[in-house]
Amino acid sequence: MSLNKKMQIAKTFKLFIGGDFPRTESGRSFPVYRFKSKDIYANLCLASRKDLRNAITAAQGAQSGWQNRSAYNRGQILYRMAEMMEGKRSEFVDTMSDTLGYTSAKANTEVDKAIDSFIYFAGFTDKYQQLVGTVNPVSGPHHNFTSCEAVGVVGLIAAKKFSLSDLVSQIAAIIASGNTVVVLMQTEGAATISPLAEVMATSDLPKGVVNLLTGQAEELYTHFGSHMEVHSLSYQDTDKKILGEIQTLGVENMKRIIKPINDLKSLDHILNYVEYKTVWHPIGN
Amino acid sequence: MQTTKENSKSTDSQNTKFNFDYAPALESTDIVQIKDRNLLFIDGKWVAPSQGKYFKTINPATGLPLAEIAEASTKDVDNAVKAARKAYTKTWSKLTGAERGRYLFRIARLIQERARELAVLETMDNGKPIKESRDIDIPLVAAHFFYYAGWADKLDYAIPGQKVSPVGVVGQIIPWNFPLLMAAWKIAPALACGNTVVIKPAETTSLSLLLLVQILQEAGLPDGVVNVITGAGETGTALVAHADINKVAFTGSTDVGRLIAKTVAGTNKKLTLELGGKSAHIIFEDAAIEQAVEGVINGIFFNQGHVCCAGSRLLLEESVSEIFVEKLKIRMQQLRVGNPLDKNTDIGAINSSTELEKIKKLITTGQNEGAEFFEPNIEMPDKGYFQKPCFFNRVSSAFTLSRVEVFGPVLAISTFRTTQEAIAKANDTPYGLAAGIWSEKGSKVHKVASSLKAGVIWANTYNKFDPTSPFGGYNESGWGREGGRHGLFPYLNTKQGAK
Repeated sequence: MSLNKKMQIAKTFKLFIGGDFPRTESGRSFPVYRFKSKDIYANLCLASRKDLRNAITAAQGAQSGWQNRSAYNRGQILYRMAEMMEGKRSEFVDTMSDTLGYTSAKANTEVDKAIDSFIYFAGFTDKYQQLVGTVNPVSGPHHNFTSCEAVGVVGLIAAKKFSLSDLVSQIAAIIASGNTVVVLMQTEGAATISPLAEVMATSDLPKGVVNLLTGQAEELYTHFGSHMEVHSLSYQDTDKKILGEIQTLGVENMKRIIKPINDLKSLDHILNYVEYKTVWHPIGN
Repeated sequence: MQTTKENSKSTDSQNTKFNFDYAPALESTDIVQIKDRNLLFIDGKWVAPSQGKYFKTINPATGLPLAEIAEASTKDVDNAVKAARKAYTKTWSKLTGAERGRYLFRIARLIQERARELAVLETMDNGKPIKESRDIDIPLVAAHFFYYAGWADKLDYAIPGQKVSPVGVVGQIIPWNFPLLMAAWKIAPALACGNTVVIKPAETTSLSLLLLVQILQEAGLPDGVVNVITGAGETGTALVAHADINKVAFTGSTDVGRLIAKTVAGTNKKLTLELGGKSAHIIFEDAAIEQAVEGVINGIFFNQGHVCCAGSRLLLEESVSEIFVEKLKIRMQQLRVGNPLDKNTDIGAINSSTELEKIKKLITTGQNEGAEFFEPNIEMPDKGYFQKPCFFNRVSSAFTLSRVEVFGPVLAISTFRTTQEAIAKANDTPYGLAAGIWSEKGSKVHKVASSLKAGVIWANTYNKFDPTSPFGGYNESGWGREGGRHGLFPYLNTKQGAK
């Protein structure tokens, strides 16, 4: 005897912090509706300032370990994320169709593009250093070279206008070079946090490298902007006023503020999140 | 760097007194002609400041005035930006890269030809020893122009796969510690990339840049491509706030950098900042100790310690700390503080009475906080602004001197026991400009170099500079790099090339 279809188990949507799936500590939620209807698809966590701080702490704890993984290993893990996304294709497609009204074709194309993005950056983890690293011919008996290093902990405020493939590009470009990230997904498309977090959780990605929050930028951007342990803040939304305020707040610890990026699949995208380190050593006896 | 080496055999006593009597070897100032009154340089012409205001620039070694400098008002700044915009649209952006390069090469040569004149003037206005302005600053100025000249027609190779274009009109503000060198760091890449420039020197050190203007004119640089507005903070503020500037480049203190970043927030202006530092200089027990002592001396006393990347926090491995400190004392006893125009001088004049007071205040703070103070028993000039080189030993990480940039010849010393502790201490600062490592063990050097959060790492050397070598910091030491291929990036807009 099968159960009534209405008795199927609905998934609880939670945040993704430090490799765990906690509810927001605030106990708050916001409803996501089925596309153009009043039917509640799910109640998502409305992340609070405390959640953000917890996520930043997790990202901070994971940063040096992730940076010290070999470039090859980071590439393998990003590729694994592409594989896991392929495995969860139907869940992504269903979520986007149900909550965003995508046709199946459109939703599948988005997943294809997102998988492409993971693969693009998986293949970049051991190459951008060779493209912009330099051995500098200084005049004098010194070996001198410039290499790329991660900036550290990056905050990512995603665009209000949701695009799965853009979001994946942004996350992948940030972590490719050894940064860790705290992502704020805004309400549109936020239901994809569930399969996306599961991709992160099952790809051998160290806990805390990617942390996902769902919530409102209006509520959290000042905390992103002023947090002293966030080294770089990527604001991919279009509100000029918020951008200006973030730039002003970020001055306190000279945060690198990254404005919306046009060429997502590019070398330039990765270079937004690296620092250049130059090392000198004498040549002689 | 060119610190003199007296190879001492006796290192047993800190009181060893060397009786090297150096006869004064004064560089002649005849080569330099300073105008009593110096105007602004806008659109290829020398123009008087619109409000008729002038301020004095002094020789810090004597305290006597050298000349009067025009104070640019908001209106003058506006005229300069308009001239730069016109030159950008009508002239400079129409030239090929090769043509721009020709101008820069020519400028580099003229700098070499007039090198001594520039060096003497720099020393008179800034107070740095002539051996530094002559052997370091001015040769590097010429080298910077020469290096970026060659980039002007090769920008397609700057960033793989990216199409590049100039940013437009650039506003640049430079500090007083390396007046002409910082001008070269800013002007050369900006022009190579096809931008035009409005530049403001520091209030106390305008003269060498004004002499460079003569060289730009001699080189036939088109009108308006470089405009020089002299003045103090208000002039700089007007420049940063000007609506028709596409990019701001600043070198100076982190506090002023913050103000500039706040002014630029919410605009489309690009911004690079090269700010302060509290750089760690780490000495491991397996270092070549005698060389390391020279490195530490050069790291903190080069240019009177007025160096953003000065190795101002000395971290000594405990097992060698006592002997190292003794050797340091002996070496400091041999430093010659005096007339910057004397070729024997190691440490010249502090650039202004304001800076000297700041340094003295921080020294008093250090003494009150209880660290062990040492200064050598050496002769000091009886006029001008001078500061004896000194250090504080057993400084804890909570002390002011471990955290605050002194920007003078003041060293803070503490110890560590393990490599991990050295790295943790070195990184325990909001800054991240530079760091030094001394060890004869290659694997350790690489390990530590990759763990330090700083933009420039000197291993078994310190305070080396080269136009091909990118310079700039992590965290609160600023945004962006100057020098090398990476020094082009801030002066270019990029777009994904054809795939």
